[in-house]
Amino acid sequence: MSMTTSVETTQVYRVFIKASAQQIWDAITKPEFTTRYFHGARVDTTAKAGSPLRYYGPDDSLWGDDVIIEADPPRKLVATWTALWDPDTATEEPSRVTWEIDERDGGMCLLTVVHDRLEGAPNTAAKVSGEGWMMVLSGLKTLLETGEPLAG
Amino acid sequence: MTADDDDRVFKALADPTRRLLLDRLFERDGRTLTELESEVDMTRFGVAKHLRVLEDAGLVVTRRSGREKLHFLNPVPIRLIHDRWIDKYTEHQVSALAELKQRLERE
Repeated sequence: MSMTTSVETTQVYRVFIKASAQQIWDAITKPEFTTRYFHGARVDTTAKAGSPLRYYGPDDSLWGDDVIIEADPPRKLVATWTALWDPDTATEEPSRVTWEIDERDGGMCLLTVVHDRLEGAPNTAAKVSGEGWMMVLSGLKTLLETGEPLAG
Repeated sequence: MTADDDDRVFKALADPTRRLLLDRLFERDGRTLTELESEVDMTRFGVAKHLRVLEDAGLVVTRRSGREKLHFLNPVPIRLIHDRWIDKYTEHQVSALAELKQRLERE
Protein backbone atom coordinates (compact mmCIF):
# COMPACT_ATOMS: atom_id res chain seq x y z
CA MET A 1 0.00 0.00 0.00
CA SER A 2 1.28 3.45 -0.82
CA MET A 3 1.33 6.33 1.58
CA THR A 4 -1.32 8.96 1.45
CA THR A 5 -0.75 11.86 -0.88
CA SER A 6 -2.42 14.55 1.19
CA VAL A 7 -1.45 15.45 4.73
CA GLU A 8 -3.87 13.80 7.12
CA THR A 9 -4.79 16.00 10.02
CA THR A 10 -7.22 13.72 11.86
CA GLN A 11 -7.07 9.99 12.48
CA VAL A 12 -9.73 7.94 14.25
CA TYR A 13 -9.34 4.48 15.79
CA ARG A 14 -12.04 2.54 17.56
CA VAL A 15 -12.24 -0.79 19.35
CA PHE A 16 -14.64 -2.66 21.63
CA ILE A 17 -12.99 -3.88 24.83
CA LYS A 18 -14.55 -6.23 27.35
CA ALA A 19 -13.56 -4.24 30.44
CA SER A 20 -14.99 -1.51 32.65
CA ALA A 21 -14.42 2.17 31.87
CA GLN A 22 -12.30 2.43 35.03
CA GLN A 23 -10.08 -0.46 33.93
CA ILE A 24 -9.50 1.22 30.58
CA TRP A 25 -8.86 4.57 32.25
CA ASP A 26 -6.24 2.92 34.50
CA ALA A 27 -4.69 1.17 31.51
CA ILE A 28 -4.19 4.56 29.82
CA THR A 29 -2.93 6.48 32.85
CA LYS A 30 -0.94 3.97 34.93
CA PRO A 31 2.59 2.79 34.12
CA GLU A 32 2.06 -0.81 35.28
CA PHE A 33 -0.32 -1.11 32.30
CA THR A 34 1.30 1.08 29.62
CA THR A 35 4.66 -0.73 29.84
CA ARG A 36 2.83 -3.89 28.75
CA TYR A 37 1.11 -2.63 25.60
CA PHE A 38 2.51 0.80 24.64
CA HIS A 39 5.81 -0.22 23.04
CA GLY A 40 7.15 -0.59 26.57
CA ALA A 41 6.50 3.08 27.39
CA ARG A 42 6.05 4.07 31.03
CA VAL A 43 3.45 6.78 31.52
CA ASP A 44 3.86 9.32 34.31
CA THR A 45 0.85 11.50 35.08
CA THR A 46 -1.66 12.40 37.76
CA ALA A 47 -4.31 12.37 34.98
CA LYS A 48 -5.68 15.78 35.99
CA ALA A 49 -6.40 18.64 33.61
CA GLY A 50 -3.44 21.01 33.29
CA SER A 51 -0.95 18.51 34.69
CA PRO A 52 1.93 16.95 32.76
CA LEU A 53 1.69 13.62 31.00
CA ARG A 54 5.05 12.08 30.19
CA TYR A 55 6.12 8.85 28.56
CA TYR A 56 9.49 7.25 29.20
CA GLY A 57 11.06 4.54 27.08
CA PRO A 58 12.49 1.30 28.54
CA ASP A 59 15.91 3.06 28.68
CA ASP A 60 14.35 5.97 30.66
CA SER A 61 14.65 8.39 27.75
CA LEU A 62 11.81 10.88 27.44
CA TRP A 63 9.43 9.71 24.67
CA GLY A 64 6.61 12.17 25.21
CA ASP A 65 6.44 15.45 27.12
CA ASP A 66 2.78 16.45 27.13
CA VAL A 67 0.07 18.27 29.01
CA ILE A 68 -3.44 17.09 29.85
CA ILE A 69 -5.93 19.44 28.23
CA GLU A 70 -9.10 17.85 29.58
CA ALA A 71 -9.77 15.03 32.02
CA ASP A 72 -13.17 13.52 32.81
CA PRO A 73 -12.37 10.20 34.51
CA PRO A 74 -13.15 7.53 33.50
CA ARG A 75 -14.73 8.78 30.28
CA LYS A 76 -12.50 11.21 28.49
CA LEU A 77 -8.85 12.22 28.43
CA VAL A 78 -7.45 14.84 26.08
CA ALA A 79 -3.72 15.56 25.95
CA THR A 80 -1.10 17.03 23.68
CA TRP A 81 1.08 14.56 21.81
CA THR A 82 4.76 14.84 21.13
CA ALA A 83 6.84 12.07 19.61
CA LEU A 84 10.32 12.63 21.04
CA TRP A 85 11.61 9.08 20.48
CA ASP A 86 12.33 9.75 16.83
CA PRO A 87 14.48 12.63 15.47
CA ASP A 88 12.11 12.99 12.48
CA THR A 89 9.18 13.76 14.74
CA ALA A 90 10.81 15.25 17.86
CA THR A 91 10.99 18.79 16.47
CA GLU A 92 7.44 18.87 15.11
CA GLU A 93 4.64 20.84 16.71
CA PRO A 94 2.57 18.99 19.33
CA SER A 95 -0.58 17.33 18.05
CA ARG A 96 -3.52 16.18 20.18
CA VAL A 97 -4.87 12.81 21.29
CA THR A 98 -8.38 12.29 22.68
CA TRP A 99 -9.32 9.04 24.42
CA GLU A 100 -13.09 8.51 24.68
CA ILE A 101 -14.39 5.62 26.77
CA ASP A 102 -18.05 4.84 26.21
CA GLU A 103 -19.51 2.16 28.50
CA ARG A 104 -21.95 -0.20 26.78
CA ASP A 105 -24.09 -3.16 27.85
CA GLY A 106 -22.61 -6.52 28.72
CA GLY A 107 -19.46 -5.24 30.38
CA MET A 108 -18.18 -3.77 27.12
CA CYS A 109 -16.70 -0.37 26.40
CA LEU A 110 -16.22 1.33 23.09
CA LEU A 111 -12.84 3.03 23.11
CA THR A 112 -12.24 5.72 20.50
CA VAL A 113 -8.88 7.39 19.96
CA VAL A 114 -8.87 10.57 17.91
CA HIS A 115 -5.42 11.84 16.96
CA ASP A 116 -5.82 15.29 15.44
CA ARG A 117 -4.23 18.73 15.07
CA LEU A 118 -1.59 16.99 13.00
CA GLU A 119 -1.18 19.96 10.63
CA GLY A 120 2.20 20.83 12.11
CA ALA A 121 3.35 17.24 12.50
CA PRO A 122 3.29 15.41 9.14
CA ASN A 123 6.03 12.93 10.11
CA THR A 124 4.20 12.08 13.32
CA ALA A 125 0.98 11.61 11.33
CA ALA A 126 2.72 9.19 8.98
CA LYS A 127 4.39 7.23 11.78
CA VAL A 128 1.41 6.78 14.09
CA SER A 129 -1.06 5.97 11.33
CA GLY A 130 -1.83 2.35 10.64
CA GLU A 131 0.59 0.11 12.53
CA GLY A 132 1.25 2.58 15.35
CA TRP A 133 -2.17 3.06 16.90
CA MET A 134 -3.42 -0.33 15.74
CA MET A 135 -0.67 -2.13 17.63
CA VAL A 136 -1.35 -0.07 20.74
CA LEU A 137 -5.11 -0.62 20.70
CA SER A 138 -4.89 -4.28 19.80
CA GLY A 139 -2.35 -4.72 22.61
CA LEU A 140 -4.50 -2.80 25.09
CA LYS A 141 -7.53 -4.93 24.24
CA THR A 142 -5.59 -8.19 24.58
CA LEU A 143 -4.03 -7.11 27.87
CA LEU A 144 -7.35 -6.15 29.47
CA GLU A 145 -9.28 -9.14 28.16
CA THR A 146 -6.72 -11.86 28.78
CA GLY A 147 -4.39 -10.37 31.40
CA GLU A 148 -1.47 -11.04 29.09
CA PRO A 149 0.32 -8.74 26.64
CA LEU A 150 0.01 -9.39 22.91
CA ALA A 151 2.52 -12.00 21.81
CA GLY A 152 4.97 -10.52 19.40
CA MET B 1 -13.74 -9.60 19.51
CA THR B 2 -16.62 -12.04 19.24
CA ALA B 3 -17.41 -14.36 16.33
CA ASP B 4 -20.28 -12.02 15.44
CA ASP B 5 -17.87 -9.10 15.12
CA ASP B 6 -15.61 -11.18 12.87
CA ASP B 7 -18.61 -12.12 10.73
CA ARG B 8 -19.57 -8.49 10.30
CA VAL B 9 -16.04 -7.55 9.22
CA PHE B 10 -15.77 -10.39 6.70
CA LYS B 11 -19.24 -9.69 5.32
CA ALA B 12 -18.49 -5.99 5.03
CA LEU B 13 -15.28 -6.75 3.14
CA ALA B 14 -17.00 -9.24 0.84
CA ASP B 15 -18.28 -6.49 -1.44
CA PRO B 16 -16.22 -4.67 -4.09
CA THR B 17 -17.95 -1.30 -3.60
CA ARG B 18 -17.32 -1.38 0.12
CA ARG B 19 -13.68 -2.28 -0.42
CA LEU B 20 -13.44 0.59 -2.89
CA LEU B 21 -14.92 2.99 -0.33
CA LEU B 22 -12.32 1.84 2.22
CA ASP B 23 -9.56 2.35 -0.35
CA ARG B 24 -10.81 5.87 -1.00
CA LEU B 25 -10.79 6.62 2.73
CA PHE B 26 -7.31 5.14 2.99
CA GLU B 27 -6.15 7.62 0.34
CA ARG B 28 -7.82 10.50 2.09
CA ASP B 29 -9.55 10.11 5.43
CA GLY B 30 -12.39 12.09 6.99
CA ARG B 31 -14.75 12.54 4.04
CA THR B 32 -18.41 13.44 3.72
CA LEU B 33 -21.03 11.26 2.03
CA THR B 34 -21.16 13.77 -0.83
CA GLU B 35 -17.43 13.45 -1.47
CA LEU B 36 -17.55 9.66 -1.37
CA GLU B 37 -20.59 9.58 -3.62
CA SER B 38 -18.60 11.36 -6.33
CA GLU B 39 -15.99 8.57 -6.24
CA VAL B 40 -18.29 5.67 -7.08
CA ASP B 41 -20.86 5.09 -9.77
CA MET B 42 -23.82 4.68 -7.45
CA THR B 43 -26.74 6.61 -5.99
CA ARG B 44 -26.37 8.56 -2.75
CA PHE B 45 -28.75 6.10 -1.12
CA GLY B 46 -26.63 3.13 -2.24
CA VAL B 47 -23.41 4.68 -0.95
CA ALA B 48 -25.07 5.56 2.38
CA LYS B 49 -26.23 1.96 2.72
CA HIS B 50 -22.75 0.58 2.10
CA LEU B 51 -21.26 3.06 4.56
CA ARG B 52 -23.75 1.90 7.18
CA VAL B 53 -22.62 -1.72 6.73
CA LEU B 54 -19.00 -0.60 7.09
CA GLU B 55 -19.91 1.41 10.19
CA ASP B 56 -21.75 -1.54 11.76
CA ALA B 57 -18.63 -3.64 11.20
CA GLY B 58 -16.53 -0.95 12.87
CA LEU B 59 -14.49 -0.37 9.72
CA VAL B 60 -15.78 3.18 9.35
CA VAL B 61 -16.25 5.64 12.21
CA THR B 62 -18.24 8.85 11.74
CA ARG B 63 -17.53 12.10 13.57
CA ARG B 64 -19.33 15.41 13.41
CA SER B 65 -17.31 18.42 12.36
CA GLY B 66 -19.53 21.49 12.49
CA ARG B 67 -22.46 20.73 10.21
CA GLU B 68 -20.68 17.93 8.41
CA LYS B 69 -20.57 14.24 9.16
CA LEU B 70 -17.13 12.90 8.30
CA HIS B 71 -16.29 9.26 7.63
CA PHE B 72 -13.00 7.85 8.90
CA LEU B 73 -11.38 4.53 8.10
CA ASN B 74 -10.90 2.47 11.26
CA PRO B 75 -8.34 -0.25 10.53
CA VAL B 76 -8.41 -1.77 14.04
CA PRO B 77 -10.92 -4.60 13.30
CA ILE B 78 -8.72 -5.81 10.44
CA ARG B 79 -5.71 -5.69 12.75
CA LEU B 80 -7.58 -7.77 15.36
CA ILE B 81 -8.35 -10.43 12.76
CA HIS B 82 -4.73 -10.33 11.70
CA ASP B 83 -3.52 -10.75 15.28
CA ARG B 84 -5.91 -13.59 15.86
CA TRP B 85 -5.41 -15.58 12.66
CA ILE B 86 -1.90 -14.89 11.54
CA ASP B 87 0.69 -15.94 14.08
CA LYS B 88 4.32 -14.95 13.86
CA TYR B 89 5.30 -18.08 11.93
CA THR B 90 2.75 -17.77 9.18
CA GLU B 91 3.29 -14.02 9.05
CA HIS B 92 6.79 -14.64 7.74
CA GLN B 93 5.46 -16.87 4.97
CA VAL B 94 2.64 -14.49 4.16
CA SER B 95 4.98 -11.53 3.82
CA ALA B 96 7.32 -13.61 1.62
CA LEU B 97 4.38 -14.47 -0.63
CA ALA B 98 3.16 -10.87 -0.65
CA GLU B 99 6.63 -9.76 -1.70
CA LEU B 100 6.76 -12.37 -4.45
CA LYS B 101 3.38 -11.24 -5.74
CA GLN B 102 4.50 -7.60 -5.75
CA ARG B 103 7.69 -8.48 -7.58
CA LEU B 104 5.93 -10.57 -10.20
CA GLU B 105 3.31 -7.93 -10.81
CA ARG B 106 5.91 -5.24 -11.23
CA GLU B 107 7.64 -7.15 -14.05
